[in-house]
Amino acid sequence: MSDVPDNLYYTETHEWVREEPDGSVTVGISDYAQDALGDVVHVELPELEAEFVAGEEACVVESVKAASEVYAPITGAITEVNEALESKPELVNEDPYGAGWFYRLMPEHALQASDLLDAAAYEDMTEDE
Amino acid sequence: MPYIPHTKTCVETMLANIGEQEIDALFDEIPPTLQLSHIEGLPEGQDELDVLRDFAEIANRDPKLICFAGAGSYDHHIPAAVWDVTGRGEFMTSYTPYQGEASQGTLQLLYEYQSMMCALTGQDVSNASVYDGGTALAEAVLMAIRSSPRARRAKRFEVLAASGVHPHYLAAVNTCVSGQGITLRSLAMNDDGVTRQDLPDGEPPIALIVQQPNVFGRLEDVDALSRWAKAHGVMLIAVVNPMSLALLKTPADWGDGGADIVCGDGQPFGVPMASGGPTHGFITCRKSLVRQLPGRIVGRTEDHQGRTGFVLTLQAREQHIRRAKATSNICTNQGLLVTASTLYLSIMGASGIREIAARCHENTRQLTRALCGLGDVERRFAGPVFHEDVIRLPRPASDVSAALARDWGIFAGIPLGSWYPELDDCLLVCATEKRTDSEIEHYRHALREVLGA
Amino acid sequence: MTRTIYDKSKGAREASAQARARDHQLDIPKALLRASSPDLPEVAELTAVRHYTSISQKNFSIDTRFYPLGSCTMKYNPRAAHKVALDPGFLGRHPLAPDEFDQGFLQVRMELEAHLKRLTGMAAVSLTPMAGAQGEFAGLSIMRAYLLSEGQTERDEILVPEAAHGTNPASAAMCGFKVREIPLAASGDIDEEALKAALSERTAGLMLTNPSTCGLFEQRIVEIARAVHEAGGLLYYDGANLNAIVGRVRPADMGFDVIHMNLHKTFATPHGGGGPGAGPIGVVERLKAFLPMPYARYMDDGSIELEGRFEQTTNAHPSSIGRLSAFGGNAGVLIRALAYIRLLGGEGLRRVSSHAVLAAAYVAKRLADAGFELAWPDRRATHEFVISLKKEYKDYGVTALDFSKRLLDYGFHPPTNYFPLLVPECFLIEPTETESLEELDAFVEAMIAIRGEAAKDPTILTNAPHTTPVSRLDEVKAVKTLDLGVHLREAHQS
Repeated sequence: MSDVPDNLYYTETHEWVREEPDGSVTVGISDYAQDALGDVVHVELPELEAEFVAGEEACVVESVKAASEVYAPITGAITEVNEALESKPELVNEDPYGAGWFYRLMPEHALQASDLLDAAAYEDMTEDE
Repeated sequence: MPYIPHTKTCVETMLANIGEQEIDALFDEIPPTLQLSHIEGLPEGQDELDVLRDFAEIANRDPKLICFAGAGSYDHHIPAAVWDVTGRGEFMTSYTPYQGEASQGTLQLLYEYQSMMCALTGQDVSNASVYDGGTALAEAVLMAIRSSPRARRAKRFEVLAASGVHPHYLAAVNTCVSGQGITLRSLAMNDDGVTRQDLPDGEPPIALIVQQPNVFGRLEDVDALSRWAKAHGVMLIAVVNPMSLALLKTPADWGDGGADIVCGDGQPFGVPMASGGPTHGFITCRKSLVRQLPGRIVGRTEDHQGRTGFVLTLQAREQHIRRAKATSNICTNQGLLVTASTLYLSIMGASGIREIAARCHENTRQLTRALCGLGDVERRFAGPVFHEDVIRLPRPASDVSAALARDWGIFAGIPLGSWYPELDDCLLVCATEKRTDSEIEHYRHALREVLGA
Repeated sequence: MTRTIYDKSKGAREASAQARARDHQLDIPKALLRASSPDLPEVAELTAVRHYTSISQKNFSIDTRFYPLGSCTMKYNPRAAHKVALDPGFLGRHPLAPDEFDQGFLQVRMELEAHLKRLTGMAAVSLTPMAGAQGEFAGLSIMRAYLLSEGQTERDEILVPEAAHGTNPASAAMCGFKVREIPLAASGDIDEEALKAALSERTAGLMLTNPSTCGLFEQRIVEIARAVHEAGGLLYYDGANLNAIVGRVRPADMGFDVIHMNLHKTFATPHGGGGPGAGPIGVVERLKAFLPMPYARYMDDGSIELEGRFEQTTNAHPSSIGRLSAFGGNAGVLIRALAYIRLLGGEGLRRVSSHAVLAAAYVAKRLADAGFELAWPDRRATHEFVISLKKEYKDYGVTALDFSKRLLDYGFHPPTNYFPLLVPECFLIEPTETESLEELDAFVEAMIAIRGEAAKDPTILTNAPHTTPVSRLDEVKAVKTLDLGVHLREAHQS
């Protein structure tokens, strides 16, 4: 059983999304996703100020056996990236919902909960897989 | 005869086990209309003896020429030990080293090869090779574009080439990159056979390709070209003859930080000319670009008991994992040719290749001195060369070289007219360490006769 | 203790095999010269010979082991084919030599081209691609060039089955195409309804391997080809599995427009630890004008010319996609292929596919009888077949990777594993026609014995291999440290 915190939103492509007080959102990959990937050895972070449309590829996470895209869950611009992942990519495995976050993004429009999955829906989805 | 080991009894045993009467029954999922019982025009099988005899005749049918040609393929001596060891079944008949535990020989050799190519080119990392020098340059251009933040923002890109890049290499680049919105443009040449120094203003290209020595054998002012690239934020791709690096400074030491990517063809190191292939292309680069480097890469690591071992690494870049998003579609390297080059460099060492490179340089100078002064023969370009040079003849070069081949057994060099119409009277010549004083003298004598000088 | 050739280096040592410079009077400005010698190993010739001979013995190879490696056709390649390619009369040829002095090699090209046309049913063949993946790139570039010449600029999609080789989507992307994956039906064949639904005015073509990467012959290939053609697309044949049908079925008859062949698989070039190969392509009549350069052809006087040896355009192929590499391809591989075709003849080649399929069917049946699960039990094996070890994983907690590593201890190179991706814990097994019945039986017995070990003590498998020069390697450490050369290691340590 993977860990799916209740206070986050999720996507069908296994990103988690957290709303911040300033209106931005923090994005990472779920516990389920890090477990499926195995030992993360490299993360290619997006450039600051880069703009993405919802569903667009924002960065890449790599393990020894796979590489997968991390998509932008909503349309917006990058405001901050987790530079710690450059030297310590294993944080993604060790603490996927904390120190293993990927980037912060300022949404173009306010976050609509209906566009994302809540914890229960995400849990159902991963159980089916 | 096919190389099938089964006796009639073996075949019967297998069929009985499967529960079929005949082999043809195993093909019953293939629509009968597609199955042929015989293909017209294929030969009868021949005995090994006859095949060996026939091919020896085919291989030796044409009169042999004394080779004074280079232009990307060089007639160097190959020490006897190189192919004796390379041809061992354990190297020749092993698979790509995906199963690390069963492939330590190939993997360690590739690691040592990568070390040697980095030492020669002054770069941090090397891959385990690509097909040849032309494809290495094409892959280097694609690498430069993937690594350029400017290219990521643009839809169409320009890549510039210095004037003396091998035209066949540029042609290979064009074929490979034309599907990706990349335009390739060559800079003008000055009267000394090197790139004109009035480099363009305006929007800088993504990358600049510089070949050293250039296709005419001439040495470019690589420091100035490199400084220009750095000043304009342009990636610098160096194309080099690896043998020349025994003498010439590494592309890493070119002006203001040098090349970002170095590539070329490893043929001069123990690989026969063999009509142009197989050889192997090499690519080395800065460590920061390693994730954009295509092809296989070997790393040193440990096994579970802490013993040193070697393994294919960074595989997440490759096509079998990343599919449409891979750095390249390449999956093969040129393993066996890399084996030969690694043996060659180990046997020769730095002092060995320095002797050979210097001897080639001396022989080519001796050749051009011998030829110049016959009638109106002269060096076309002033200035230093490595081991190739361009001579101007008083007549169309293709006529003269045809006569030298037909009547004197000499492959006199490459007539440059079909690549550079303005150099129709020029021959690109090369004398490796294999060319003797008497062969050079024979060339001089023959040319005098042909020109009636 | 693993020592590299650098560890055996002893400072400037003079090689015995080198030519010597006369006087080192270099006419090169000092600013262009190296400041210091490159860091190459300096060892005696015997040290080098012994070092590389000794590390070679750490390799598995066809000369020493059985390699039932699906999709790779690791069979015995006759030494006779190898030997003819090593004739100095071939090796000494300069790639830009005048045609008049290259007639021998050009004859090899013409004859091989003619045979490959017969074997595939294609109208024309180009020998220049240097590997299967380069053949794919060339073939797809030809498709693109043809569609553009017909004004079909909107056709930018290549369809591939989800189980395709990774090179297929990678090559299509390099050509600037978008890739769409088509699922498989339960039968293992491509899902025809999904394919038809995906066909549109944007379809440039479909890339297929047949027999497929699942080791199954697409039974409805003729109908599939018709549907793609009716939608205005072209069909590309990935010749990776030609060993299953050589001499018996021709890709052109199935409806394919472009094909590449892997000469290093079916036609006698040993794998060389990862190359060289050659990937000639064949095309139908309407695509001929786009073939890459150079291209050999007969002149009126009966001599052969290599058109495009120097030139950038050719008369025979006015719309050529251009040059793929510096010269004319991997000549040595082409010579071996022709020698192999001459040795076997048409009848012998047909027996190759017969016996490749027989061996696969036999091993599949024996493994199934022993209780291993075939991925598609109702289908015929072709030259290869897929088993799934998911039952063994469930019962004993051992994976296909564990089975693979334990096979090494039994002296077998493991089959291709985890490909095709859609079958869990799978092995793709290709025995080839050159292995004896005793060897095939021994492999089956090893599989049975290993499963017995898994039932008794799974750690025998999970800790395997036990007998190889190293045990399982730490791939995570390899990527994290990126020790990719002696110089970098020294930099790390200092």
